[in-house]
Amino acid sequence: MRGITKRFPGIVANDRVNFDLRPGEVHAILGENGAGKSTLMNVLYGLYHPDEGEIRVKGEPATFASAKDAIRSGIGMVHQHFMLIPVMTVAENIVLANEPTREGVFFDRDAAEQRVAQLSRSYKLAIDPRAKVQNIGVGQEQRVEILKALYRAADVLILDEPTAVLTPQEAGELFEILRTLVREGLSVIFISHKLNEVLEIADRITVLRRGKMIDTVPREGATEEGLARMMVGREVLLRVEKTPAEQGGEPLLEVEDLHVLDDRKLPAVKGVSLSVRAGEIVGIAGVDGNGQSELIEALTGLRKRESGRVMIAGNEVERPSARRMLDAGLGHIPEDRQRRGLVLEFTIAENTQIHDYNREPMSRFGWIFPRRFIELARRLIEEFDVRGGGPTTKASALSGGNQQKVVAAREISRDPKVLIAAQPTRGLDVGAIEYLHRRLVEERDEGRAILLVSLELEEILSLSDRVLVIYEGEIVGEHGADASEEAIGMEMLGAKREEVA
Amino acid sequence: MSESMAPTTPPEPDTPPTTVAGRLELLHRAGGIAVPVATAVLAFAIGGLVVLATGHNPFLAYRDILNGAGLNWIAHPWDANTVHTAPYNLTQTLLQTTTLILTGLAVAFAFRCGLFNIGGQGQYFMGLFVASWVGTSFVNMTRPVHILLGIGAAALAGAAWAAIAGFLKAAVGAHEVITTIMLNWIAYWIGSYLFQQGGPLQGAANKPLDIPISADIANSAKLPVFWGDPDLQGLHIGFFVAIAALIVFWALLNRTTLGYEVRAVGYNPDAAAYGGIKVRTNYVRAMAISGAFAGLAGGLDMLGYLFHVGTSDVQASSIGFLGIAVALLGRNTAVGVGLAALLFGALLFGTTHGLQSNVIDPSLAGHLTEIIQGLVVLFVGADLLIIAVWRAGGRLRKRAPKTPAAEAAS
Repeated sequence: MRGITKRFPGIVANDRVNFDLRPGEVHAILGENGAGKSTLMNVLYGLYHPDEGEIRVKGEPATFASAKDAIRSGIGMVHQHFMLIPVMTVAENIVLANEPTREGVFFDRDAAEQRVAQLSRSYKLAIDPRAKVQNIGVGQEQRVEILKALYRAADVLILDEPTAVLTPQEAGELFEILRTLVREGLSVIFISHKLNEVLEIADRITVLRRGKMIDTVPREGATEEGLARMMVGREVLLRVEKTPAEQGGEPLLEVEDLHVLDDRKLPAVKGVSLSVRAGEIVGIAGVDGNGQSELIEALTGLRKRESGRVMIAGNEVERPSARRMLDAGLGHIPEDRQRRGLVLEFTIAENTQIHDYNREPMSRFGWIFPRRFIELARRLIEEFDVRGGGPTTKASALSGGNQQKVVAAREISRDPKVLIAAQPTRGLDVGAIEYLHRRLVEERDEGRAILLVSLELEEILSLSDRVLVIYEGEIVGEHGADASEEAIGMEMLGAKREEVA
Repeated sequence: MSESMAPTTPPEPDTPPTTVAGRLELLHRAGGIAVPVATAVLAFAIGGLVVLATGHNPFLAYRDILNGAGLNWIAHPWDANTVHTAPYNLTQTLLQTTTLILTGLAVAFAFRCGLFNIGGQGQYFMGLFVASWVGTSFVNMTRPVHILLGIGAAALAGAAWAAIAGFLKAAVGAHEVITTIMLNWIAYWIGSYLFQQGGPLQGAANKPLDIPISADIANSAKLPVFWGDPDLQGLHIGFFVAIAALIVFWALLNRTTLGYEVRAVGYNPDAAAYGGIKVRTNYVRAMAISGAFAGLAGGLDMLGYLFHVGTSDVQASSIGFLGIAVALLGRNTAVGVGLAALLFGALLFGTTHGLQSNVIDPSLAGHLTEIIQGLVVLFVGADLLIIAVWRAGGRLRKRAPKTPAAEAAS
């Protein structure tokens, strides 16, 4: 790909990007969110048309009108969100749109299953062709996607953020698979914003920043620090600097034997007990959908508890509601800032007061003083370095990172005893992540009790003083700050519980 | 805010707002004042095409309608030809405007809480009926007290009627569109029962014939008329009540904690709940306030110029439904509702009298308002379509090389 430029209204998503892929290599594309990685790959896969530049496949100029053309040229893509049909079997999904037939009309199931089994053997991708997709795990689904591309005779495989949904173990298995594929002669494009993965798997690394190609470097000699600098354009603190937590703080958040149901009225949290002391960060690690959301909602009064006790600073909160929990001293950075954390149509000033609009000095006898909203918002914008707007800017006009800063500013400025941070950095770029992590550690040092729930194990490990592992609604493990990724990863998959049973 | 730096990273993909209020907000941002004006112009243009199809000049027809509404008096107050008729016409237009402001606010307020109040008609009826009862009872009361009691009771009746729908939504999640439509019919049949021959509020005693109609309210309950002849349906002080209601609507939404809650719930109920706002309480409260506006409209009509109501009036009334078009065209804002109410008030009265058959087909005249009303609702209902067209246009403009990229961020 030479000189690829792709413009969208108001932005240049790709600015004269050059990219080349050699046979039999893993080439990583590294960049922050919005750097133009996905745009570049969508151009290559025929989903977007470049405004400028040319694509050559094996030396021949190629123009792809659609993904079909790209597939015909041997390019396969595994999207971040899988595109499989849950009620169909693995084999059916793989051969879809290219089914083997008997007498030209009838679907030949046996042939399909044989072909899939054969593919799975030759690339060492263990999978049961007859299993229904809805019954297999995320890691397996990803294999199905890879096999689907291989079935269509892809020799170039594009993987868009493939590890985002995987546990460390599953990611390790994926890397093994990729190495096998490369040995078989395939080439792999690996899109990621995670430095350690890229260094582990890639032969060469191309870094994009703000739509521009910064450089292509071989893995040898590349370091996380160097890559991060290229990604962000300045020195970045990769490791969160923090001192060990002070011992013996008061337990500010105590949970005893908490049971919560999910939306389908099935048990989602099954007898969780935990405590968070003043001045410590407790991380909850787990694969998505193991009761984390229900746990947080129950703690913050947004979801009914079936049984159990929650105490803040030693006081039990009875008949909990969102308002009572807030009043008891709880702050909450919700996992979905656009759905819960902000009213996007409100201004920044209005959003900063969603908990306190009905108190003095923001209002008196039900009458609101908008100027006080604005004054306070102006202070918070400055203190938390929110960019892209002033107090009267609509929240929807801000970037994700700045939206999150508004949420964090609001929650922290209320001086909570306990701060629950759920996925505080999801979808944010390195700069914003760095800021929020530093801020969480600072708030810890101020003596707050912080409960961090994240799907990113790395985030949990770098911030937490203690780590709890949640699996199917139960706490299955507890670790100190020096816990190993492997041990936690095993527990996230439920290994420990099965041992006990 | 103008940032010196052009946006360097693509904005997050647009997540379409989930609530009706959110969608309308998006429309508002996409087009500002231009979209409602374009909506009105387009509706009038299509209405004009209908006039044209019947063989008349639409410009003359619209001119005569607006003249018939008395709006010519504003332009030429001392014209000898109109000096006697035009002021009267204007008072009649403003009588309609008074009612439409309030039924429009009844839709607009609920809308800002994310609720679609189709029940303005039923709430208006309840206000009308209760005002009729209060006006015909308590005949020995002093005038101000009787008037205040009548107006207050009418507003409360509308509020209670609408609160039923709000409560059903809060308690069991029944959709307010369905329940308010049902409540309209219940109110309609209550009216038919109350004023039928032998009905509890039928007032045959002071009528020459035994007809299904209520007795006239007592003089002590009638609103003072400040413009025109009280015996010839002059403009009553309820007009100022409606103007005050516009101000109250604005202040309530933008300057009170109640309004903050209503707007938060309207835009994003999840975020509101997270903030500690009781979403269900707000549904009931917003519906009740909406109903109070509509009930007030019924009360002012009864005490201001109707004085009695019959079963045939109940069957013919659709002023509550017209409030939906007023609110939509007015973008659920105070100023917008005021202007839209004036426009529809002029249409309503201007199409009912004095039109020459060589200017507009008489059988069409009465229905022109309904055509335009329907078109307005249709166009605003198709808001997403308009946004799509609007954005497609925006994209085309941005392809032009010299357009500053930073514009996209604002």
